[in-house]
Amino acid sequence: MKILGISAFYHDSAAALIENEKIIAAAQEERFTRKKHDSNFPTHAIHYCLEEAHIELQDIDYIVFYDKPYLKFERLLETYLAFAPRGFKSFSKAIPIWIKEKLFQKKLLKDEFKKFSKDLNWNQKLLFAEHHQSHAASAFFPSPFEEAIILTMDGVGEWATTSVAIGKKNSLEVVKELHFPHSLGLLYSAFTYYTGFKVNSGEYKVMGLAPYGNSIFKDLILEKLVHVKQDGTFRLNMDYFDYCTDLRMTNNKFHKLFGTTPRKSDEPLTQRHMDLAASIQAAIEEIILKMTQSLYNEYKIENLCLAGGVALNCVANGKILRDQKFKNIWIQPAAGDAGGALGAAYCCYYLYKNQPRSTPHIKKDKMQGGYLGPQFPQNQVENDLKEAHAKYITLNEDEIIDQTAQALQEGKAVGWFQGRMEFGPRALGNRSILGDARNKTMQKNLNLKVKFRESFRPFAPSVIREEVSNWFELDYDSPYMLLVDSVKNEKQLPMSEEQKKLFGIEKLNIHRSEIPAITHIDYSARIQTVHQDTNPRYHKLISKFKEKTGCPVLVNTSFNVRGEPIVCTPKDAFRCFMGTDLDILVVENCFLKKEEQSLSLKEDYKHKFELD
Amino acid sequence: MVDFLKEFWMFLRVRKKYWLLPIIVMMLLFGTLIVLTQGTAVAPFVYTLF
Repeated sequence: MKILGISAFYHDSAAALIENEKIIAAAQEERFTRKKHDSNFPTHAIHYCLEEAHIELQDIDYIVFYDKPYLKFERLLETYLAFAPRGFKSFSKAIPIWIKEKLFQKKLLKDEFKKFSKDLNWNQKLLFAEHHQSHAASAFFPSPFEEAIILTMDGVGEWATTSVAIGKKNSLEVVKELHFPHSLGLLYSAFTYYTGFKVNSGEYKVMGLAPYGNSIFKDLILEKLVHVKQDGTFRLNMDYFDYCTDLRMTNNKFHKLFGTTPRKSDEPLTQRHMDLAASIQAAIEEIILKMTQSLYNEYKIENLCLAGGVALNCVANGKILRDQKFKNIWIQPAAGDAGGALGAAYCCYYLYKNQPRSTPHIKKDKMQGGYLGPQFPQNQVENDLKEAHAKYITLNEDEIIDQTAQALQEGKAVGWFQGRMEFGPRALGNRSILGDARNKTMQKNLNLKVKFRESFRPFAPSVIREEVSNWFELDYDSPYMLLVDSVKNEKQLPMSEEQKKLFGIEKLNIHRSEIPAITHIDYSARIQTVHQDTNPRYHKLISKFKEKTGCPVLVNTSFNVRGEPIVCTPKDAFRCFMGTDLDILVVENCFLKKEEQSLSLKEDYKHKFELD
Repeated sequence: MVDFLKEFWMFLRVRKKYWLLPIIVMMLLFGTLIVLTQGTAVAPFVYTLF
């Protein structure tokens, strides 16, 4: 049975194709259209999924959309009614779009699919899953657990903002829900907005900024903005938020509480903003931990699955793991809305069609390392590079590994493009920019010259699984870079008395460990463990780097610049290579040096993408 | 459109939200009016209605 899952029309459109239990392909539309968080119908992603499976749309048994538009419309209407007459401005903007288009989403979907194939019986084939059901399914069904508690937290779907489901074999039952407007995702987004970052994409920056600050506003947040009960359930005090009625997140009462108006994106970051980031991060962690602890106490199930945008808060995830209430935790790598496409497909297979679920292996999930996107054979890579007038040499696998490891050792920034593209927001070693984690200037150089992004933003390490516990406090699989833990004590460098006195961003230049490029200001790191069975070539590269330097850790950041979707094709990779200060590009077995390329191919890349 | 109306009626029944119906009908009527009259010509229409 072949099932296509779709997420679209809000943010991060995506398509995922499963054949029975196996994921055949999954990809986000933004990678093909080169438009970050593209929300349009995922035509390109669907084409790719069909191509990967060598089938036509007629061969698909079911198509499942990841949420229910009528339910969402109901929420919208009831919210406007509840707050009327406030909110008219927002109402007058939102409702015409619904009346014109979104209310008729089924027709919209049918029309789009008719472009693929005219004579299909859509009434039989097109299904809709609930938003949180899709998230929960994406977290449980591909997980390595037979039984688990699934906690889904995001901004909002239809009504639910936080939900708890119990998954057992092929069943998934939502047992609790918290409803809009009380939402952890929106609470975090309110602070993203208030600290001057873009809602829906700047949340990472708030998380990255948090360690520079002190959580001095945490108590104020928990006292005034959100009322948290013993079991972690919560209610927001809507007197401080405007997102139900206005086109902004916070209101004057909120601004008065924290003493100033929201930061504008071009204004400098101050210690206050860092303290705000630290405070909301600490508050969110406290709420989530209360929730997970009470869930364990109630259900006594030792496996936890997480999904929804809030599950991308890897600092909080690390705390749940260290809390040790749950023996195992598994987080869907595409935890945001893109992953909903996969979850929707699984909802159909296991819940609607009641198909049996094979017993999962505790060490092996169904995500295939997250490498579910397109790949390009060597001959096509060479053709594409030739067309782009690139100068390259072709090497065999051992030479590629050796020369890349050598370049990394010399402190070069390497664009590394191999195999199938990752599904989800993280680059996991197939569309990555790599660097030497021991290099003291690497973080600054990569941020400013390669990624064109804020200098405070941390980089994540890739470490081979066998070595993770020698370098980090973590001794657990983290293949999707969704767990944060500390760099091992003996690898840390103590701060001098003078350094301890520094504040906020001044701390940026302190070298905090033997691997300073990936050690955040609080000695933490967002760790990716690299596994021989899911990514043998990347594993081999890091092993070679270790052989040369004694260090099994590389800097791994996504292959893109700020505001650009991660590269998808060899041509995208070459463009990004020529537009930035990357020194080396490795595409499959082709090895390119920047100094050998024609200067005329350089382009102004920095201003090509809208800042995120 | 008939499909849509059928489905929407089913939705209201399942959710037991019949009270939303008059609001939605009014909105659809005005919505259609605005779309058909392209926004600006709607003012006198509305005026004569009331």
